[in-house]
Amino acid sequence: MPDKGRNVEKEEKWDLIISPKRGLFSLNIGELFKYRDLILLFVKRDFIANYKQTVLGPLWHILQPLLTTLTFVIIFGNVAKLSADGTPHLLFYMIGIITWTYFSSCLVKTSTTFVSNAHIFSKVYFPRLSVPVSVVISNFITFFVQFLIFIVFYLYYFFSNKYVYGFSPQYLPLLLLLVLLMAMLGLGMGIIISSLTTKYRDFSFLVGFGVQLMMYISPVIFPLSQVSGKLKYLLLCNPMTPVIETMRVICLGKGVLNGYHLAYTACFAVVTLFIGVLLFNRIEKSFNDTV
Amino acid sequence: MSSEVVIKVEHLTKKYRLGVLTADTLVEDLKLWYRSRFGKKNHQPASNDASRIDSDGLFLALNNVDFSVNQGEILGIIGKNGAGKSTLLKILARVTAPTHGCVKIKGRIASLLEVGTGFHPELTGRENIFLNGAILGMTRQEITGKLDEIIDFSGIENHMDTPVKRYSSGMKVRLGFAVAAHLEPEILIVDEVLAVGDMEFQKKCLGKMQGISKTGRTILFVSHNMTAVRNLCTNAILLNDGKLVFRGGTDEAVSGYLGGAMGNRVHFRFDEQNSIGVDALKITEIRVYASGKKIGDPILMQDKIVIQILHERMPSPQRYDISLQFKGEAGEILFSNGSGRMETPGYKQGKGLLEAIVPGNLLNSGIFEVNVMVVENRRNIVHRADSLISFTVVQNQSDTGAWQGRARGDMNPVLEWTYRSE
Repeated sequence: MPDKGRNVEKEEKWDLIISPKRGLFSLNIGELFKYRDLILLFVKRDFIANYKQTVLGPLWHILQPLLTTLTFVIIFGNVAKLSADGTPHLLFYMIGIITWTYFSSCLVKTSTTFVSNAHIFSKVYFPRLSVPVSVVISNFITFFVQFLIFIVFYLYYFFSNKYVYGFSPQYLPLLLLLVLLMAMLGLGMGIIISSLTTKYRDFSFLVGFGVQLMMYISPVIFPLSQVSGKLKYLLLCNPMTPVIETMRVICLGKGVLNGYHLAYTACFAVVTLFIGVLLFNRIEKSFNDTV
Repeated sequence: MSSEVVIKVEHLTKKYRLGVLTADTLVEDLKLWYRSRFGKKNHQPASNDASRIDSDGLFLALNNVDFSVNQGEILGIIGKNGAGKSTLLKILARVTAPTHGCVKIKGRIASLLEVGTGFHPELTGRENIFLNGAILGMTRQEITGKLDEIIDFSGIENHMDTPVKRYSSGMKVRLGFAVAAHLEPEILIVDEVLAVGDMEFQKKCLGKMQGISKTGRTILFVSHNMTAVRNLCTNAILLNDGKLVFRGGTDEAVSGYLGGAMGNRVHFRFDEQNSIGVDALKITEIRVYASGKKIGDPILMQDKIVIQILHERMPSPQRYDISLQFKGEAGEILFSNGSGRMETPGYKQGKGLLEAIVPGNLLNSGIFEVNVMVVENRRNIVHRADSLISFTVVQNQSDTGAWQGRARGDMNPVLEWTYRSE
């Protein structure tokens, strides 16, 4: 029994104080880092749980975008005969879909953070942000695998001389920036929605519809260069438009690479994430009473 | 022994909105907001417990609770359903925030409101040990170091590579508790986890918890299992209607709880249909309280106990009296007494009040029941209501420092002790 023999009442050194409200900006990144093992375990759990009892297992990671790409090639390429900016339709749609999927699945999956984890959140404390962060990481793994598949297809086109475009290594840092921006956008918008859905379930219905709508006003299906006038401005309002266009510039050599457009996306991402974390922090303390 | 205070709870209050919380959609909430802004005041939600609704119509789950816990103490938290135990635990476990007040904590705290939180049915037992451990705040390294111990403690070594969805509920509990038992926080908060699992495993858990406390760690233990609380806890707090009503020895708190749980019958009225008594003397209301306190306040051993019997008399040639029989916890009659002792009471027709005062420092702490009888001509019992009244006497709080246990016997009069050398 440690008998410290000092005056206890005088000493006011507490490790933790549980009080009604936390400061608006007190985001505890250090605590999140302390729980990094948990984040990685969440990633692992999602990965294992997703593919248990499926025959094809992780192959679905590859099949999903391939099937969507194929659908797009047939409907938008062959039937509707939309332009692909002079690139092969398959590569054009594939990179668009992979990029879009990363953003949208980050958004959709983090948007249910509070509601679908209510049973854990109501029983034990850990930094709540570790759940959406783990979602972003596991989606990144998926994105990475899908991107590798894209490279395989690209190499096929390259070596069979169907489409030759020299990849320039100076774009590589830009690629990292794009991934970061998408993660920030998806996470930011996702946690804003997840915070709002704790009180208003209406938002969970809006997410699916909203994301779909957002895709149609992005250059996933048609290149930005093909639209003009008001529609172009509408497309440029979508923060994902510069991301997809830049992605195509890097991977296919066609598209619009515009510093201002990217700066807009970056600002949008920072603001969204900031508001998201702020809201999330507020809700995290009280959501057990309202969910 | 001067131990360090490791948890300090100060003016802790938690309010919940009642009823109106069901506004789940934005439209409903807007309507609600509109009504509160421009329309009539939102009607007060119905509750049979008006004392727990504050002026804003909010439900007080916890009402200004203060206490502190020393290092190495195993503190039981007991109380009826709805007394505020779970709310208190949730605040301590940081899954919900208090409305007012604060809790100050020294050291690493881990809470176990449920065993196996976050178990994923598709993952194997081994994978879930890691997941559950991490959720409870352990690092991967810590878990790896204790993995063998955890598996051994769970007693289900053969099922470690089976998905948890194939486990029985008992196996899940074993695995969950095994992980939790190997957490090494300075403060552990445990809720009702012992309610499940077989006897042998329960014993194992209790032993583990006792072992944990021996190493100087602090445990807060919430349970309805009074035997477990008695065996495990050194001290206890008793919550009632969101308020802390007792802090002290476990036995006291437990008997206070048992009294409350079985429903102290200290105040009731009778209407025309189910009246007590005979035509000539009908009891309309009974009140029992400690002298100088309100009905429902804890009755301490030192308090005089007032028993008031309101009644109505019809004109009758006979004399009618009320007689009381006091019974102890085992049901045996301790003593009887009645208004027949009064030589010339001067009973009048109509409403009347008979009052009996039990002297202070007579009854020991515990639960007492009283049979109420109507006696004709100070001789014949014409009506009796067994165990009509029941009340709980608790130990004087100042006494608990000296001798924590309960003295034996139902009575505990203060004897006059003197000493002289001869």
